[in-house]
Amino acid sequence: MSKVKSIINKIGVPRLIVCLFFAIIVLLAVVNDLNVTSYIGSILKYWGMWGVMVLAMIPSINCGIGPNFGVSLGIVCGLFGTLLAIEFDIAGKVGGNFGPWASLFFAILVSAVLAWFVGVLYGKVLNAVKGSEMTVTTYIGYSIIYLMCIVWFRAPFTSGGIIWPLGGVGVRNQVSMESSFGGLLNNAGGFYIGGESGIYIPTGIIVFVLVMCLFVHLYFKTKTGKAIMAVGVNPQFAQANGIDVNKMRIKGIALSTVLGAIGIIVHTQGYGFLQAYSAPLAMGFQCVAAILIGGATTGRAKIGHVILGTFLFQGLLILTPPVSNHLLAGTDISDTMRQIIQNGVILYALSKAKGGASSDE
Amino acid sequence: MNKQKKFGNIGQFLFDNKVIVLFLILCIVCTVVAGANLSYVAGEVFTRFGRNTCLVLALIIPCLAGLGMNFGIVVGAMAAQIAIFWVVHWGFTGVTGLLLSVVMCTPIAIFFGWLLGKLYNHTKGAEMIAGLIVGFFADGLYRLFVLYIIGGVIPFDDPNLLPRGFGLRNAFDLTGSLKYSLDDVSFLTVLLIGSLISLVALAVNFLYNKKKGNVIDKKDVIKKAVYGIVGVVIALVSKQIPFLNNMLGGTRVVLTDAIKIGSILCIVYAVVMFVLTKPAKDSKEFKKYILMVVCSVVLFVLTFVKTTKVIFNSVRLPACTYAVTALFCFFNTWIFSTRLGQNIRTVGQNRAVATSAGINVDKIRVIATCISTVLAAWGQLVFLQNLGTFNTVQQQSNVGLYAVAAILVGGANAHKATNKQAILGVILFHTLFVVAPLAATKVFGDPAISEYIRMFITYGVIAVSLAMHAWQKGDKKKKDNDEETAEA
Repeated sequence: MSKVKSIINKIGVPRLIVCLFFAIIVLLAVVNDLNVTSYIGSILKYWGMWGVMVLAMIPSINCGIGPNFGVSLGIVCGLFGTLLAIEFDIAGKVGGNFGPWASLFFAILVSAVLAWFVGVLYGKVLNAVKGSEMTVTTYIGYSIIYLMCIVWFRAPFTSGGIIWPLGGVGVRNQVSMESSFGGLLNNAGGFYIGGESGIYIPTGIIVFVLVMCLFVHLYFKTKTGKAIMAVGVNPQFAQANGIDVNKMRIKGIALSTVLGAIGIIVHTQGYGFLQAYSAPLAMGFQCVAAILIGGATTGRAKIGHVILGTFLFQGLLILTPPVSNHLLAGTDISDTMRQIIQNGVILYALSKAKGGASSDE
Repeated sequence: MNKQKKFGNIGQFLFDNKVIVLFLILCIVCTVVAGANLSYVAGEVFTRFGRNTCLVLALIIPCLAGLGMNFGIVVGAMAAQIAIFWVVHWGFTGVTGLLLSVVMCTPIAIFFGWLLGKLYNHTKGAEMIAGLIVGFFADGLYRLFVLYIIGGVIPFDDPNLLPRGFGLRNAFDLTGSLKYSLDDVSFLTVLLIGSLISLVALAVNFLYNKKKGNVIDKKDVIKKAVYGIVGVVIALVSKQIPFLNNMLGGTRVVLTDAIKIGSILCIVYAVVMFVLTKPAKDSKEFKKYILMVVCSVVLFVLTFVKTTKVIFNSVRLPACTYAVTALFCFFNTWIFSTRLGQNIRTVGQNRAVATSAGINVDKIRVIATCISTVLAAWGQLVFLQNLGTFNTVQQQSNVGLYAVAAILVGGANAHKATNKQAILGVILFHTLFVVAPLAATKVFGDPAISEYIRMFITYGVIAVSLAMHAWQKGDKKKKDNDEETAEA
């Protein structure tokens, strides 16, 4: 009995519930003869779209700051880079097959550089508020989104694809990515398993996410990466060993912000539209929930947690609507379920964080 | 030299109250830029004050218990809304309906508060983020309850409220049932009932103490009894005098009348106390009475100045709602004079000290959370009866956010909050809430942007305020550490 209990404790009650729930939903989908193969294709696609953003949690958790609820800072940097790529029409100027790729790399480069600087500043703020990082990051994340709403509204863009259809200035609600790099990674090297009605494998995006994962993995194998890990495990010990704790924390959070920026670019290209304004408001919470479902705690996270957590979370989000629609005759409780699962998992992780990043004693 | 010191004092004062000063400037700038109609602004602010203050006052006890800003008051608001569904369904209206809602929502709120308190005990040090997330989490459960369980699982036969057979309709209308049920109670009724209740309480207390053989301060009892009787007499007599009944017996009190009566009473009080106590010339009391008289006279005169008269005349105060707000304030002060309140304060200052003093820290924290949740539920009732129509699913989601932002604007921080800060904060925050969109519309020519500005201000205030507090705390800790190492 105690053995069962210890295993359950190790996996975590909410993770167990989520896994069971996922299994039941998959089972129901199969039993009710829903088009499971096409859903698997879109789960893979969404896994790729969210992967990098969830990956952004790794450096911030491992450097001791805890889940980065303020990943919105990186997100707005990514949106800015993407808008610049559209504004300058990089895809059109380069032209040919290579155009969209140039546009994508331009966006990634610009926003990564921008995000690094923003992240360093952000890290300095977080070093000043040790002990309350999670609360402060949440509200910084929220306020930056609304600050950027004001900026988007009046930003002096001139490209016809960005500004409101009736002219003037400002970014429209949904900017189409067709002219730049919409769907680029999704379609690159994509193929069907089992004919046109089979499972679509979006090779490009999967490879991209795995490469980013590999990059982060390798980064944590370097000297700096190991130092960041040491700071996360025990700041006093790290200090005693001559590691500059504050500097490592800044590096961790800056890396997280950069990954957040790249993450939203990947997300945007998969979605096909750039959503400015308040659309990214709750993305931070979804990322935190995904990595926690994967098995991370507020003090420790691995690449595997990202891969598994994103798959489970996105799988639930995609499979629940059709199943609930089918079973409950036209009602869609999926968004309610998402809210409960997402926040329940975060709450559980917070309650388990003993002496973690948030403890001020 | 003296001048310099004085200037330094003012500078220090401004720096200590930087958030308040900043918001005051913002409010004034926005009002000027928007060229706003002051009567409109004043009316809105007084309405919003009556509507929101009770919810903000619910934050004070958990704050002093060391729980930080209780974003979890959202669950209290849910308890209130759940009670309202049934009260409206059963067809109760007016004050009866409101009182029934209070009775119904209290046990629900205590239960929710107990759960919330348990959770806070599991997330010590991260209560604020836990409170925020628990708000979202509870939102999900609440939505499940409102949209699927009511009517779906729990029988609830009401085609008006459940058009589809299950799931409440999206907009919940209180017109004709609970709308203005509290606001419409007249001042004289409040005075009469309040005085009667206090007389009864006094009598019960007196008899209880006599039976127990406790020492009774006879003078004090007589004084209180006289106050109570005077209250009853004034209420009864005023109802017979048409002039006073017109002023105070209606559903609202016009601000002009309130100021006139208030300032006259204030002057009388100050003069009587002055004559009775005869304070020394440079004592604190002396200054206080002089200040009271001067302020009252200024306000009294302002009611005759044309511009201010127009503004004052346009504001109508809901007497009972303001009285309830005052009761909330009184409760927050009173509780800290009891043993429980002292324990709460000790726990808030230092958990380790409290434990060694034999206080059950976890229990005290749960009690503080319960009280806060109940106050929030009642506050939400006050809010909704004034609003009249609410969004069934989402009305409660932003309750914690706006309440916390308001009290932080008033100069509170995660460890210290007072009634005064709550009241000042509500006034400043909601003034800005009213004038900022007007200013934005004027400057940018587009009202859509004002919503972004509002939300940015709300979130920005919380972010900056919490960050600054954490920063100061960290600085202090560092200094202490440095001193310790220096001593060693």
